Amino acid sequence: TSAAMAAACVRGLVAPLGGRLRARPPAPLRSLAAAAAAAPLYDVVVSGGGMVGSAMAAVLGHDIHFHDKKIALLEAGPRKEYDRLPESYSNRVSSISPGSATLLSSFGAWDHVCSLRFKPFRRMQVWDACSEAIIVFEKDDLDDMGYIVENDVIMSALTKQLDAVADRVEVFYGSRAVGYTWPLPSHSCDTSPWVQIELDDGHRLQTKLLIGADGHNSVVRKEAEIQNIEHRYDQSAVVATLHLSEATDNNVAWQRFLPTGPIALLPLSDTASSLVWSTSHEHASELLSMDEESFVDSINSAFWSNVNHSDFIDTAGAMFRSALSLLKPSGTAVRQLPPSVAKVDPESRAMFPLGMGHATEYVHHRVALIGDAAHRVHPLAGQGVNLGFGDIACLARHLSAAAFNGQDLGSLKHLLKFETERQRHNVSFIAATDVLKRLYSTSLAPLVLLRTWGLQATNALPPVKVRFL
Amino acid sequence: CFSHHISGINFMILSFLLFRLTMKRLLSTSRSSVDSKEMKKFQLLAQKWWDEQGEYSALHSMNDIRVPFIRDTLLNMSSNYHLGSPLSGIKILDVGCGGGLLSEPLGRLGASVTGIDPLEDNIRTADQHKSFDPVLAKRIQYKSSSLEEIVGESMEMFDVIVASEVVEHVADLEMFIKCCSQVLKPEGSLFITTINKTQLSYILGIVVAEKIVGIVPEGTHEWEKFVPPEELEHLLESNGFSVKTVNGMLYNPLTGSWSWMESTSINYAMHAVKSGVQGQSSPTESLSETESEQRSATAGTSM
Repeated sequence: TSAAMAAACVRGLVAPLGGRLRARPPAPLRSLAAAAAAAPLYDVVVSGGGMVGSAMAAVLGHDIHFHDKKIALLEAGPRKEYDRLPESYSNRVSSISPGSATLLSSFGAWDHVCSLRFKPFRRMQVWDACSEAIIVFEKDDLDDMGYIVENDVIMSALTKQLDAVADRVEVFYGSRAVGYTWPLPSHSCDTSPWVQIELDDGHRLQTKLLIGADGHNSVVRKEAEIQNIEHRYDQSAVVATLHLSEATDNNVAWQRFLPTGPIALLPLSDTASSLVWSTSHEHASELLSMDEESFVDSINSAFWSNVNHSDFIDTAGAMFRSALSLLKPSGTAVRQLPPSVAKVDPESRAMFPLGMGHATEYVHHRVALIGDAAHRVHPLAGQGVNLGFGDIACLARHLSAAAFNGQDLGSLKHLLKFETERQRHNVSFIAATDVLKRLYSTSLAPLVLLRTWGLQATNALPPVKVRFL
Repeated sequence: CFSHHISGINFMILSFLLFRLTMKRLLSTSRSSVDSKEMKKFQLLAQKWWDEQGEYSALHSMNDIRVPFIRDTLLNMSSNYHLGSPLSGIKILDVGCGGGLLSEPLGRLGASVTGIDPLEDNIRTADQHKSFDPVLAKRIQYKSSSLEEIVGESMEMFDVIVASEVVEHVADLEMFIKCCSQVLKPEGSLFITTINKTQLSYILGIVVAEKIVGIVPEGTHEWEKFVPPEELEHLLESNGFSVKTVNGMLYNPLTGSWSWMESTSINYAMHAVKSGVQGQSSPTESLSETESEQRSATAGTSM
């Protein structure tokens, strides 16, 4: 059963401590001293200049205790910055949690996001295609629950803040690491104690700490021989930029669980929303190849049609709901209706395969993994990048304290503390998301009933609902 | 009281130690603070300094409390500093630096550190370890030497002296303190961490730590040489120092970490400041003296 699988998954997700300090093949003795003398030594090198890698470098660059330190960021792609915002929205957006927004504002990046483009949302309505059950997430004080921001906007803001600390953070665009050499934990005479990095253009770097932020196919993780538990879902996500039939407040994020996968509508503005539709590979290809009208029809039908309802489930659900309203009068939410879609931005349709992954170890001596390199999750909870930002906040806190104590930044002592904190948080979240994904991928009556009642009960119990976030 | 609880075996060990030490004291003729027997013990362990999980793991984790202690005390005493390099511009002497476990963090925080240790093997290990980091290699200088040997060329040269886990290995403590005073600038700081001489420190510090759990290499410490804080304080005060802080330290062998505690009955740390002007023992006295000097000077000119 999926619960047992998830449990086994969790057990296997975290590795025992033993192998971390095992000696790795030492750096070759030939003229390493001479080569090492030539290669510049950095305190921290971040490999991967995506949202998470760039934010990590920027956070450290703005940290007061890193004032004297040298940081490098390696990014294979070109520099990304907007002088002018393009009129049309990008089809890759992220849901930024308030915690992530706090992190971004701690080093001045959020101000840039605000000055470019973003959409706060106050409410999240999640419901089932097979029943009437809904759950509504919103904060008591009607504060913003989260923000929908285009990934390009976030990158532009991060690039600006990296420029602001260019004396401390050196960014190597168009650079890819082709080889890593790991040091022995307690080194002897001839071998360098630092991590050696060789770039594709022949340059060499040395660093006291290598942070791998190079995505779910992380090269750092592979080279460090860290085992990764991964699973390809039988789903792809279709993204697109949509225009609504009529202008509305559009401060609600919508998600409906269809038997084939969840479809989500994330607000971009009063007239536009971003689509994230996770569905089977075949259906995803169909959606991409059909004409724009049919595509829009499919979306509207997915949100509005009740074809998956069965009388049995509807009756059982209604009974449960009236029982609940006796116990807790305020516990049943008012169902709002999602907006209907009028058209799709041409050229904005795209698809990418989905999977799940978790590294058994986040850290080795002088190495740490953050973001998708450490963990990859289904987009149904909209938390992928937020987990990465959470990694950054935790690691930066430990590194800052270590720097203020004059400690060796690559020491496993504080790296293990980071790993324990984040694994504790991430593993349960990823396992729960995986279970949800499997639970909602069926229209079998018993499971639908289970999740219907579960959803209704959860909606009625405020403490449980808040924990989902 | 504890004396009733010392088992027969412990009493034998204690009396054997006392006997050995008495013989050594009779035979030793040098008037140096360095103890050659002590040096032999450390020779064997010179390679093990930098293994964080090895013989010196307790010293590595002691950095977690002694570095912030030194750093924050100095920051509190100074008015202009930069949090990015809090000890920048401060000259520190690390006496008995061993493999450089404490010198390196202090160097990373911006200080100019001179590390001395009588054992050449230790200095070699320390030099080799710092050599890979160009910033540290410039900030830290190591010298194989005893404290007395550098007094002549370093009169009043250092802002801070750190003698961590050293005074319990020293042959003549009073002379050690006198030498510290000579190389320290007026109003400079002296930081000492060491072990108290109590029943508890014997049981925990030697029997448990060395013989049972093995967190300290066997034979490292001799209970006779342990220094009670009262005795240390008295020696410091009568040699021109003013003791500012005394804090007890506790090691948890299960977690491998240190913490501060009220009681100084096992390990403790001490911060003392060398008095400002030669012969003066309190700042108020020196102030009134300069005032009266000024008054007599102006009295002369007003005529």
